[in-house]
Amino acid sequence: MIGIELIQATAERLMDKAAVEIPDDYLGGLQAAAETEDGDLASFVLQAMLENYRVAKEDNRAMCGDTGTPRWYVKLSNDAQIEGGMIALEAALRRATAARTTGLPMRPNRVHPLWRTDHDNNVGIGAPEIEYGFEPETGDWVDLITVHKGGLFGTDYRMLFPSDGIEGIKRFYLDSLVAFGRRGLACQPAIIGIGLGGCKDTCMVLGKRAACLRTVGSRNSDPRIAELEDEFKELGNSIGMGAMGFVGKNMVIDCNIEVGYCHTGGMQMSVHAFCLSSRRAVARVFADGRVEYRTDPDWFTPYQRRETVEWQPGVAEAAE
Amino acid sequence: MKVREVRLSTTPTPEALADLRLGDIVYLDGVIYTAREGVYMRALQDQANIPIELPALSATNFHCSPAASIREDGSFHLGAVTATASFRFAKWLNEWMEKTGAKIIIGKGGMSRKHYQEIFVPHGAIYLSTVGYGTGALLGRGVKRVLDIHWQKELGLAQAMWVIEAERMGPFIVASDMAGNCLFERENAKMAESIARAYEGTKPAVLKRFGETDDRNDELIG
Repeated sequence: MIGIELIQATAERLMDKAAVEIPDDYLGGLQAAAETEDGDLASFVLQAMLENYRVAKEDNRAMCGDTGTPRWYVKLSNDAQIEGGMIALEAALRRATAARTTGLPMRPNRVHPLWRTDHDNNVGIGAPEIEYGFEPETGDWVDLITVHKGGLFGTDYRMLFPSDGIEGIKRFYLDSLVAFGRRGLACQPAIIGIGLGGCKDTCMVLGKRAACLRTVGSRNSDPRIAELEDEFKELGNSIGMGAMGFVGKNMVIDCNIEVGYCHTGGMQMSVHAFCLSSRRAVARVFADGRVEYRTDPDWFTPYQRRETVEWQPGVAEAAE
Repeated sequence: MKVREVRLSTTPTPEALADLRLGDIVYLDGVIYTAREGVYMRALQDQANIPIELPALSATNFHCSPAASIREDGSFHLGAVTATASFRFAKWLNEWMEKTGAKIIIGKGGMSRKHYQEIFVPHGAIYLSTVGYGTGALLGRGVKRVLDIHWQKELGLAQAMWVIEAERMGPFIVASDMAGNCLFERENAKMAESIARAYEGTKPAVLKRFGETDDRNDELIG
């Protein structure tokens, strides 16, 4: 049984870590970008961001004044048991979100869409989102992942069709980068997540998770998709645009693609940009009271990408 | 690096503003207030009295809401400060400048050249963009103290009018000058060719959408 107080305390620590500490994989990606950038203004911007990450950590201050829209991804081992059950878990995550919004402080971004009611704590109807995943593993643990993605620019969806092909996918990818990259609205260079297939809602979910739950440098386990990821990263960095929409060569820190089976007549596509403040933090909480912090959500395991009726771990692992 | 750094007052002289060039890096000293859609709607559409003396106190309007909270004893806890995208507020700016004498607008992404020509130039005002975006911690360090917050009850923390005192707060980038030139549009024009090259071989989607443009030089902000 995993203790509920430990879950809440860990969730509060994760809220702060996400807002304050840039994950190592993104930082490494941005440092590499800063070394290659030769546009004067774009280069100044990247250096300022590197300085900003240092100052945020030094002052224990949010990296960015817009601290996004906090949400939770919860993954449980098949044996996991939460003290008080799942209702207690959700209460703990809502309390942690509210407490650290005020405590750090973060910006209370969440308001009612029509009445603009603001509880000043990032909690409200459907906020924070809490999504779940499961792993066919023994052991009593829960992974808590918080992502505070920026909320306004860089994301789009389009229903493409099989006849649009890869060239159509490229076109919509470029459309999204150029439209949101101009004036730097997407806060690039970003981790670009692309969702392909599923239904409209799952396509959005896959793309968002590709942006927020995979790390810079990771590659899809399907080698042909991994090739596309490399190709799309290069393509995105070839448009001549950099940070803030200034002339430059760094638009995409990495490109991650996730797929889901879709309607035979369609080829749904979504594009998501996880920004210069790619806020994510992860911890695994065990029943024996251990807490292991990390920055890689490790969400897309072979089980999450399973293709067949029955889960056959040996087969999937051999295909990896 | 070929960038010029400038210190600027938040109640600047016309000469100081005239000296600014597109792409200059600016650090600000003085009082700044935040105003975004909530403040504009309340002050201009609902005609509520603006609660501070403008432009005597400040001629600098920041399109921003800080990551901040108010402690139980009423004191302010301000962490990071970042701008929000300004193009959405263009429709209020002419009237706002008439009423408040604002000379510096700070935000994200700038406005269109058309808005600079029609609104900013006649009022002797310029636009400063934040950097990154997301240098929130750096800007937070530049806030010496929070002087006040207005309309918090009516608008909530994220839309309220914050009044802050800045000391070498920055960096900001000059995105429009006194002649109404636009930094972002200048940059856009420079990458038209490389964007066209990247599109080579791709094709438009088989199913079009209403209002779709296929001209990558079109300005998308309104």
